[in-house]
Amino acid sequence: MSFAALDLVPLLAAMLACLACGLLGNLLLLTRQSLLGDAVSHAVLPGIVLAFLVTGSRDAAPMLAGAVAAAFAAALLVGVLTRAARLSPQAAMGIVFSGFFAVGVVLLETGVGRRVDLDLDHVLLGQLDTLVWPAATGWASLLDPDALAALPPELLLIGAVAVAVPLLFAALWKELRLLAFDPDFAAVTGFAPRALSALLLAALAVACVAAFWAVGAILTLAALVVPPVVARLLTRSYRAQVLVSAIVALVMGAGGVLLAGVLPAALGQDWAVSGAGMVAVVGGVLVLAARLAARESG
Amino acid sequence: MWEALTFQAGHNAAVVAAGCIAFGLAAGAVGCFVLLRGRALIADAAAHATLPGVAGAFLLGLALGLDPRALPWLLAGGGLTASLAVLAANALARGGRVKDDAAIAVALSVSFGLGAVLLSVVQALPVGGQAGLSGLLLGRAAGMAEADAWTMAAVALVALAVLGALLRPLSALLFDPLQASLAGLPVKALDVALLGLMLLVVLAGLPAVGLVLVVALLIVPAAAARLLTARLPAMAALSAGFGAGSAHLGVAISAAAPGAPTGAVIVLVAVAVFALALLASPRRGLVAALRRRAALLAAARAAAR
Amino acid sequence: MSPVPVALPLPALSLRGLSVAYRTDAVLWNVTWNSPPAGLVAIVGPNGAGKSTLLKAALGLIPRLAGEVRFFGAPLAAVRRRVGYLPQRAAVEWDFPATALDVAAMGRYPRAGWFRPLPRAEREAALAALAEVGMQDVAHRPIGELSGGQQQRVLLARTLAQEPDLFLMDEPFAGVDAATEEAIVGVLQRLAAAGRCVIAVHHDLSTVPRAFDHALLLNREVIASGPAATLLSPENLARAYGRRMSA
Repeated sequence: MSFAALDLVPLLAAMLACLACGLLGNLLLLTRQSLLGDAVSHAVLPGIVLAFLVTGSRDAAPMLAGAVAAAFAAALLVGVLTRAARLSPQAAMGIVFSGFFAVGVVLLETGVGRRVDLDLDHVLLGQLDTLVWPAATGWASLLDPDALAALPPELLLIGAVAVAVPLLFAALWKELRLLAFDPDFAAVTGFAPRALSALLLAALAVACVAAFWAVGAILTLAALVVPPVVARLLTRSYRAQVLVSAIVALVMGAGGVLLAGVLPAALGQDWAVSGAGMVAVVGGVLVLAARLAARESG
Repeated sequence: MWEALTFQAGHNAAVVAAGCIAFGLAAGAVGCFVLLRGRALIADAAAHATLPGVAGAFLLGLALGLDPRALPWLLAGGGLTASLAVLAANALARGGRVKDDAAIAVALSVSFGLGAVLLSVVQALPVGGQAGLSGLLLGRAAGMAEADAWTMAAVALVALAVLGALLRPLSALLFDPLQASLAGLPVKALDVALLGLMLLVVLAGLPAVGLVLVVALLIVPAAAARLLTARLPAMAALSAGFGAGSAHLGVAISAAAPGAPTGAVIVLVAVAVFALALLASPRRGLVAALRRRAALLAAARAAAR
Repeated sequence: MSPVPVALPLPALSLRGLSVAYRTDAVLWNVTWNSPPAGLVAIVGPNGAGKSTLLKAALGLIPRLAGEVRFFGAPLAAVRRRVGYLPQRAAVEWDFPATALDVAAMGRYPRAGWFRPLPRAEREAALAALAEVGMQDVAHRPIGELSGGQQQRVLLARTLAQEPDLFLMDEPFAGVDAATEEAIVGVLQRLAAAGRCVIAVHHDLSTVPRAFDHALLLNREVIASGPAATLLSPENLARAYGRRMSA
């Protein structure tokens, strides 16, 4: 089968998922909240699984609703634990997201009837290789409305998120920058840091769901932290930080999928390694390169 | 399940239970220090970074003609890559541009990704035994070999022994780091030792709890103990007890309901214990705190009138 | 609150029965105080007296247990444009990728409103605010490269850019060099002359009588308030600090 049928969708899915997560990840990096990315990507699992179990389908809307609800429930619990149990935020987050993830795993494996084919392996490692596009006959299918209608719904979801996040940044550019730099000043000047933080948490949960399909729950963290870290090592202004992180995200997604599948195929091998894993590995190489480049320039 | 709990389900199951209890004790005890010293995130990174070492050891074992599934061999590989990941995180954060939390998150996810790649290579090979590897992701106590349980117990007991030897300096460090360094304690070496202990506990927990969730066993029982006492010796003992209890009960439940991975069940038991402690603790529990807060609120309102 | 006669100017900041708790410890208790409508006011007291807490609770940055807060007789939400805030320098993330001008421009964001990029005119105004504190030459330098005093002045420029009537400042003179101190004092005097009100948490008792008009002496509760020149009497200081202090 052709490249368009087998590999195009995973390629796009990985690139767009990394883009959505990488952009949001900048705000986590600049506020020293990378752990929150780890937490949310784990905490959304029970929300997603419950949505499946309740609706019996892989429709995007209930899944997103479940994920956002789970993320907010987790954030609420973290707040309660930090205040009431006098735990450090780090410890509270660890307890909450481990607990949520464990609930998600148990629901998944013992869910009533296991009605939807969501595999534990896919949860951990993504399911890029299942995102095939049988209706495609070649690159021309990109212009064929019938073929486009048959695209895997996961890609459409990821695509929508990958468009929404940059729009969010564009619309709230100065507001998000202020929120990250000085939330107290944002509060005093009436820029509603609490509402914006809630919006960002929802956006983060949505982006984690999008990335979940591409790279699984654990490697979503790579998509969230690697592009911002590379950009941070290479840039000094906020605008450059955001732009470079977007480019790095696209490169990371594309590089990972291409190296994982396309390269062995081109060398005549008939197996492929984990696409999600390769995305993270390519990310690691980019971080290494950026770190060396940063040290060179002093 | 009742048989499993009371060690009546057969010799193999009893050994597995003993191994898990040993792990639980070590995780709870070491976990106190990890929690109080704020090392939970790096423990998580180390745990995830065992995957490339475990899968790599499997592949290397195949290539060298050894038994690739031997647990000590796999754990050695895991320990190696976990240590490298911690060093890499430190190196990335040096210089200050990238903060600790981001550096650790990069190390965690990139090593796990590398592990996923190696795991996929293992799974593509026409060799048996891969199931043992994926069991190390989320834990599988059911059907665990007796030898593996002994390995778990051995690693856990080594960790407990080392902790015992370092108990006094580590406690001093926890109580007042500044005082400790002024008193001449080698703070850096102690921190490294604590990381080493944490790594031993992580390795011991891989067969039963899996690398994804093992960090929870380091922090949840300790957090529960902290709600009930502020004195370190009591906290460590209580935490060790909670850890052991969660592991034992979790394994027994998991044996009765074989669908769910053991690690998830053990974590949920530990979280349930924590929740109980949270609600009920007379000093720091939720109920007590709400009552004190309500009294304070009433007094403030009365004063303002 | 009892109605204030229309003829008198309203206090810039008015607190009634303000209590704030951290978990279950009361850090501020039943504070009732009216600031003057204009002039330079110092809030002083020992460590842990709740001075910063008072500012933050008044601004709604931390929750209060009880009490009412009014700015020029109205709740904060109604008069945000008139209230400026200068936080403690240590509370800001100086590693953030931003230039001095970027930070000063944040004071003009309310004028641009939501969703819109900052117009050129507002950036010009921010540059003017930097000039007021003598920082126009470092406008395009990353804030992480500035000295402590320069950073403090950039934050002050941001607050000035808000063009408020009331300035709430948290330790504006903490850890700054002599040039910065001089610059800040100059700004405060210009503000007072222009009829603004400045309420500053201040750590140095010795400079209060000559630099400020009024003072509030605080130690979880109000100890005393009044003209700065006479407030710091030995009796008042003894009540606030225990037995050892004298101004």
